[in-house]
Amino acid sequence: MAETPIAVELAKKQREIGVAEFFARNRHLLGFDNKRKALMTTIKEAVDNSLDACEEASVLPEISVEVIDMGNDRFRVIIEDNGPGIVKKQIPHIFARLLYGSKFFKLSQSRGQQGIGISASVLYAQLTTGKPAKIISKISKDHEAHYYELKIDTEKNKPDILKEETITWEKEHGTKIELELEGSYQGGSQSIDQYLKQTAIVNPHVTLIYTNPKAEQLIFARATDQLPPKPEEIKPHPYGVELGILMNMLKFTEARTLQSFLTNEFSRVGPGTAKEICENSSILPNTKPNNINRDMAEQLIQGISKTKIISPPTNCISPIGEELVEKGLRKEINAEFYCATTRPPAVYRGNPFVVEAGIAYGGEQSADDSAKVLRYANRVPLLFQHGACAITKSVLSTAWRSYGLNQSKGSLPIGPVTMVISINSVWVPFTSESKEAIAHYPEIIKEIKLALQEIGRKLSVYVHKKKRIQIEGAKRSYIETYIPHVAEALKELLAYKKEDEEKVKELLAEILEKSRGTLEKIEIDNPDYDEDLANIGKADEDGEKQKTLGEVGE
Amino acid sequence: MKNNALEGIKEKAKDVYNKIMKKKAPELDLPLRALSNVKYDNKNGYFEIMGKMKNRTLTVGTIKTFAQTLRMMSLSKQLIETDDIASKREAYYISKNWGEAKFREQPESDTVMDDVEAMMMVNREQLGFIPEEKGGEVAGKLVVIDRDTETKKELRIDCTKFGSGAYSIPISLEHLKFETDAKFILAIETAGMFQRLVKHKYWKTANCILVSMGGVPTRACRRFIRKLADDKKIPVYVFCDNDPYGHMNIYRTLKVGSGNSAHINKYFCVPSAKYLGVTPQDVIDYKLPTHPLKEVDIKRAKDALKNDPFVQHHKEWQKALKQIIEMKVRAEQQALAAWGLNFVIEKYLPDKIKHPEKFLP
Repeated sequence: MAETPIAVELAKKQREIGVAEFFARNRHLLGFDNKRKALMTTIKEAVDNSLDACEEASVLPEISVEVIDMGNDRFRVIIEDNGPGIVKKQIPHIFARLLYGSKFFKLSQSRGQQGIGISASVLYAQLTTGKPAKIISKISKDHEAHYYELKIDTEKNKPDILKEETITWEKEHGTKIELELEGSYQGGSQSIDQYLKQTAIVNPHVTLIYTNPKAEQLIFARATDQLPPKPEEIKPHPYGVELGILMNMLKFTEARTLQSFLTNEFSRVGPGTAKEICENSSILPNTKPNNINRDMAEQLIQGISKTKIISPPTNCISPIGEELVEKGLRKEINAEFYCATTRPPAVYRGNPFVVEAGIAYGGEQSADDSAKVLRYANRVPLLFQHGACAITKSVLSTAWRSYGLNQSKGSLPIGPVTMVISINSVWVPFTSESKEAIAHYPEIIKEIKLALQEIGRKLSVYVHKKKRIQIEGAKRSYIETYIPHVAEALKELLAYKKEDEEKVKELLAEILEKSRGTLEKIEIDNPDYDEDLANIGKADEDGEKQKTLGEVGE
Repeated sequence: MKNNALEGIKEKAKDVYNKIMKKKAPELDLPLRALSNVKYDNKNGYFEIMGKMKNRTLTVGTIKTFAQTLRMMSLSKQLIETDDIASKREAYYISKNWGEAKFREQPESDTVMDDVEAMMMVNREQLGFIPEEKGGEVAGKLVVIDRDTETKKELRIDCTKFGSGAYSIPISLEHLKFETDAKFILAIETAGMFQRLVKHKYWKTANCILVSMGGVPTRACRRFIRKLADDKKIPVYVFCDNDPYGHMNIYRTLKVGSGNSAHINKYFCVPSAKYLGVTPQDVIDYKLPTHPLKEVDIKRAKDALKNDPFVQHHKEWQKALKQIIEMKVRAEQQALAAWGLNFVIEKYLPDKIKHPEKFLP
């Protein structure tokens, strides 16, 4: 009797893996590796979305974040914004469907990119507590507010609507999400407090109202009514396009010929360049895009790489700005010296990006600790995975010794230093979907290093000046040590009076002072310093360090 | 004489004070104490200081030494006024009361003391400072007339009556008087050779006075020999190792003084001294056992040929130094013992003394 081939048996088990199912099992890819990070990531995703929505609608963001400790490692998280709201039809999809969003398909500088973040939080909440997400959204005062209770159907990656009703909401427009999830709340450098603070520092147009699990309310009030310039949306640059995407674009384009496809769908491609690409790809310019098969698409990619195309436009990037980077540092750190720089735009794989860096030196910072590095991508603070990040790598491979800091090979510089490094791009290349570290593109590392060298040079001028002043100060105190001896010996030699001795001391000091000029003073002059702000997220840092050490041993 | 020093100190202090009152940086001028600031001519017979000055203006770099110099002057003033003395080491310890201006090591305080001495152009004894080192030893046909320190009564010290010991040259000796009928003074480098000559009463055989210098002669030793030679008009012969150290550091310092003490050479040298031996030629003539010359010796000889005004004046010394550089060997006084322990007494010295004209100048 012929046996049933094993493959038939196996086939019974083989089926499509739902994207939601996949992420349910691989939650670490989205930043939900542990309870503490899960809570943090949830808040981060919600706040990022709110900020993007507000800015897109040119509304000054006012975001409230509330974290309530429910006991047993459960937390209720409520995030409410004054953004444009979401139309009824889209609410379930936005919050309860993975890989659904608006930002993936356009190239423009925004915080969110993939359309995963908030729905992943909903999924995580659902997995850990079984409770649905509660959403309220309203798009204008003339519309009603919609209330939803949503879950994700993990097999189908479709929203599962548990409740749907219209309610009255006093807000003119905005969105509110409430989630209940397993988490753990801790202070320190990777805390919610720290994330919100760092967000406030580089987003001075935002008001953040934060109620922490201890029911303490922190308000980060907006410092300016000026919204950052709206980043412009750009078409992709041919150098950045990959085969799969190119084939998709060819399939859905409205263009009738390859040449018009190239000129319409890409930036920096005019008729001349388009013809050149076609020539280099050995494909006729009037070929119908729909008729281009896989092999031809590959030819096209090769043709693109052979063609010289000017860099993409860079006006689509809206950096934080030197002034704001420095101001942010001033708020946070009482230092003696601050400087910041914004690099001119550069390009990696067809994507324009701008690197910014700032530094605060001296003052109240410890001279024996490693430098602190605050990382940002599109105005979002990066708190995790610093070791895997191109920013950290660039800091490590910069020669800080020549700028007056100590540094062992391959380590962070040692000194009273805090750095802010920020990357702004239409597409920030993260190493994973949890968006914690920036990928090591050589072009990006090169730009970061150039920015660091720029601030490093300014730093070294200051450090050397400070050293000079210190040496001068030491010399002066040396002089002051011996003046009384000269005066006393003269008194003994000439038997003059006490008043004369004082007079001699006075005149000697004057004579020596005159020959040396006035001494510059090193001091902290920082009216922007905000002590309450600076202390946020600091309180538990020591405890946290010990904990980390303990964890290593486990 | 002491009052001169005191006045000098006060005057310098007054200058400093006046400068300060005029809001000008005060300064102290000291003569440069180095070979480059001495000249030599045969008529005077000693290294005479020239006018090069070292200026110590009050600045960051100099304020500590400046303060210390003034304090040292003040200490000297106090010593003179109270008719007291302090040894170099004691002065160093006194400075420990000066707080931050104290000296860390004695060489620092010695240098400052030498500076003050040079500034006043007097010897340190006049400033109330006395050296630590022994002055040297004497045996032979000499009676030293000293005074009892308490009773001030005259003391006659017969230098033939110390047996196997010797008379110690005092640090302060200007008041000494001498009686002698000796034919010459023999100044000897090493205590070992001195002992041998004393033990066999060479001073009796040769009718002379033996002085042990024990290395580079101290100021007191130089002054003693000078005073004795001047008072009694007797020649001085010097007996050293045959190496550039013996020739230059010992013999030359005894005869004409040194660069470092240029300001006081006039009284602390013996221009009439002559070099008896051991000479490079002796090494050949007496077939003496030798040691190879050290690098520092060669350098010392070459430096002397190049920079030492005394050597530059005397062709004989140039010849001797060149000869020693060529031979590349040195020979100690005691090397004569290779021909028998008493060869030096029975043969070498009598031979030499018969021909004083062959001595090096």
